[in-house]
Amino acid sequence: MSDEPSADPTTAPRQVSRRSFVGYLLAGSTVVAAAEIGLGNTPSAEAALPTVAVPADIYDLTDAQGDAALPTQGLIKVQVNKDGTASFELPRAEVGQGIETAFAMIVAEELDLPVEKVHVTLAPARPELLMNQITGGSASIFVLFTPVRVAAAIARQALLRAAAIQLGSVVDRLRSKAGEIIAPDGRTLSYGELAEKAAGVDTTAIRVTLKDTSDFTVIGTRQRRLDARDAITGRKRYAMDLDVPGALPAMICRPPTLNGTVRAIRNAAEVKAMPGVTHVVTVPTGVAVRAKTFGQCIDAIRALKVDWNAGLVASASDESVLVELKRAELPLLVPSVPLLTKVRDFDFTFYFRSGSPLEPNCAVADVRADRATIWASAKVPVVAVQEIAGKLGLPMSKVRFNVVEGGGSFGRKLFHDGALEAARVSKACGAPVRLMWHRADEPRQGRQHPIATSRIRVAHLAGNILSFEQRHTSVVTDFKHGFGDVITATAARLPFGDVALSQAIFLLTQFVPYDFGLVTQTLTESNQHFNTSAVRNIYSPDVRAASELVIDQLAKETGKDPVVFRREHLRKPRVRRVLDKVVAEGKWGRPMPAGTAQGVAIHEEYKGASACLVEIDCRPETVNRPIRDGVGGPRVTKVVYAIDPGVAVNPLGLEAQMHGGIMDGIALALTASCHLEDGHFLEASWDNYPYTRQWNVPGDVKVFVMPSDNPPGGGGEAGVAAAFSAVACAYTRAVGALPKYFPINHKDPLFWEPKPFVPPVPASPTDGLEHLI
Amino acid sequence: MPTHTFVLNGKSVTVDVADEERLLWVLRDVLGVRGPKYGCGINVCKACTSHFNGRGFNPCAVPVGALKPTDEVTTIEGLAGSVGRDLHPMQEAWLEHDVAQCGYCQPGQIMMAVAVVNRAKRAGREITEADLDNIRNVCRCGTYSKIRDAIEDGAQRMGAG
Ligand code: FES
Ligand code: FES
Repeated sequence: MSDEPSADPTTAPRQVSRRSFVGYLLAGSTVVAAAEIGLGNTPSAEAALPTVAVPADIYDLTDAQGDAALPTQGLIKVQVNKDGTASFELPRAEVGQGIETAFAMIVAEELDLPVEKVHVTLAPARPELLMNQITGGSASIFVLFTPVRVAAAIARQALLRAAAIQLGSVVDRLRSKAGEIIAPDGRTLSYGELAEKAAGVDTTAIRVTLKDTSDFTVIGTRQRRLDARDAITGRKRYAMDLDVPGALPAMICRPPTLNGTVRAIRNAAEVKAMPGVTHVVTVPTGVAVRAKTFGQCIDAIRALKVDWNAGLVASASDESVLVELKRAELPLLVPSVPLLTKVRDFDFTFYFRSGSPLEPNCAVADVRADRATIWASAKVPVVAVQEIAGKLGLPMSKVRFNVVEGGGSFGRKLFHDGALEAARVSKACGAPVRLMWHRADEPRQGRQHPIATSRIRVAHLAGNILSFEQRHTSVVTDFKHGFGDVITATAARLPFGDVALSQAIFLLTQFVPYDFGLVTQTLTESNQHFNTSAVRNIYSPDVRAASELVIDQLAKETGKDPVVFRREHLRKPRVRRVLDKVVAEGKWGRPMPAGTAQGVAIHEEYKGASACLVEIDCRPETVNRPIRDGVGGPRVTKVVYAIDPGVAVNPLGLEAQMHGGIMDGIALALTASCHLEDGHFLEASWDNYPYTRQWNVPGDVKVFVMPSDNPPGGGGEAGVAAAFSAVACAYTRAVGALPKYFPINHKDPLFWEPKPFVPPVPASPTDGLEHLI
Repeated sequence: MPTHTFVLNGKSVTVDVADEERLLWVLRDVLGVRGPKYGCGINVCKACTSHFNGRGFNPCAVPVGALKPTDEVTTIEGLAGSVGRDLHPMQEAWLEHDVAQCGYCQPGQIMMAVAVVNRAKRAGREITEADLDNIRNVCRCGTYSKIRDAIEDGAQRMGAG
């Protein structure tokens, strides 16, 4: 902002150091410091106490009055406790991406407290935060980095002030270290001793100067996850592990075709009389059963006899949807090009994929006549509260949504399908429930990453690229989570509201990072009857894999090495730097045996830059290696990944996210998709949907997190697009033919027998003791 | 309903459930032992992996009626205790390599890792790449490479411990 000329210097905001910010010490019994969310994204310095603006139709006058009385509610707060620890309630979801640990580090840094003494918990839904309580687009660190630092710095400032009085000194002569304030004469006071004395009497604005990045001692270090011990001892509690009194297991008997509905239950009384079963009720998504154990729920579902109405895509198949997409495809414009220009057309298909985490959709709900409490992992809990309250006929203020640590997300937890169902089932039963989806439900009725085609036309002349046009055509991606904004979420339910939002998201995330003359990229959508969601990294994996494959083809046609060609056309030095890193570390161009090859790709997103180099083995002895109940196929043997993420709060955590992106990329390129036939997806098991398993894991994976001065960007999704693209490019080079569709095994004969659709869930086996390891 | 007695994490327990109830639900829903996770219910994802008389197994595929009073079931909660420590050497390796992301698969991964290493030990050999390749446990967060490193490390620690 400082570079922009100001029209009138007298009214221009006063220029302040980027490290100097104002926040608040709040009234309380101990130190509670706060900053506005979003602070740091604008240079506003002398912030007034924030007011909370919300539309009246979703948030009524009474609520607004309540909030007006509590102007600091919209803030994020760091508290110092009497035991010398600090607490921070994070208005985001932890789903494995490690943000609890990252924010503990950020608080620890500015507060001068050991990381282990910072307790980060997840905030329940806070409707007053509106757009500021979404975990998506890998934006959490970017958005909250500065405000959390400011809040922690203010807490430290308050402790210093209180210590100065206690020690008969002045703030400037004191220093803070590892949870203590130290006087020049060596006397010390612990944060615990000072917490109450430093408490605010009323809300006070305080200016603080944040640490210079060169003084960081915590941020940028490799910090292990703070919840690791709980995770590896079985103590970590996910939604299904919570003991809410009376919340018995519940599951849903789902229709045999996608989004079918219940016409009639033929044997409700009989099923209700089965051992353990307490309720059999109809909900919009099927027939719910509640029982003492999930085993009894499964038995009850298998015993139910239900007449179903078919869903809206009752006879659809991969082929029929592709015909629709072809019809919707926008024409590529033949640019007016000089004589002798080569014009090349490319066309790729990306089949449906399931983003389901290992933890299936699940939630605990206790719905009473006048209120409801929900426990679930959710990335946009405010929207969840809004919808659940609406469906239950309760005011939003009567729905408490507790955000629980999630067992993975990959886009799924942007939606609250399990929570809404649990609420409906609890209401219908008049009793609390602990609801779980069966694994078979996930690919069959759960949200899919939509099938899409990506066409590219390129014109080149004498080694110069004159134009690059990309037309992405996709089944509609459901963005009703509205990227966190209750208002957008409401707007998205209007006819075709989603389409406009998808366009916005496509345009906000997609660009061609190369200088290719005239560049256009468009998204066209068709068919909104599927259950979809953006899976990790939204459009980028498909759009970028198509582009990077074409770039390799252009390099070949112009007689250039793929790396040389990319370097020549890349716009940003930052991207060239990560490319150079993988080229050097991965020994690009080393001799490889026939049937094996290297591939390389780059990607720029989330304020960061990535490059990935892979080696793949496509020799018959590898491709045909015997794998029981799984796909072998080509094996990626080596991956070298470099990312410049901006300042990396926790490089170790970021590396882990890249590992995840790499495993996703391998699956997207080589093994994992869902097959649509006769209006249903055939997959019903992890042995039908071959997400990467150990037998396809590369023996050698190296991730380099590059030092960077850029602001911290996002990590959770950053690894997928470059990894998928590099695997696709390596495969193409190894087999010498450009694939037409992904994953490359989609049209191979199924290596498994589709499970029956009625009953919708398989019986659990009984022969487990015959397979001891 | 019939009663069933078995040894769970070192202590004898008796439950009153139908013979065919799968052990996973006896553990999770009847006994409140929530370490073994559900990921499929059909012995595919391995999230529920635990130990039966010291061998790896999947309680989602075992009817409780198949257990005898002397049978020992160890879940992730009892793993460290089974070797008389606060943390099993494999768990230490898991911490060292910072394996977990969401953590949901990790109790099953660790129980499987210990079983795979013990199987190799019983056969008088070291674990091999093929042993690692054949581990079927799903990790949707993609922690597979770190799992491999941790198992090799944990195997060393188990040998030394
Ligand atoms: S839940 Fe037991 S193997 Fe998947
Ligand atoms: S750590 Fe999330 S599934 Fe493995």
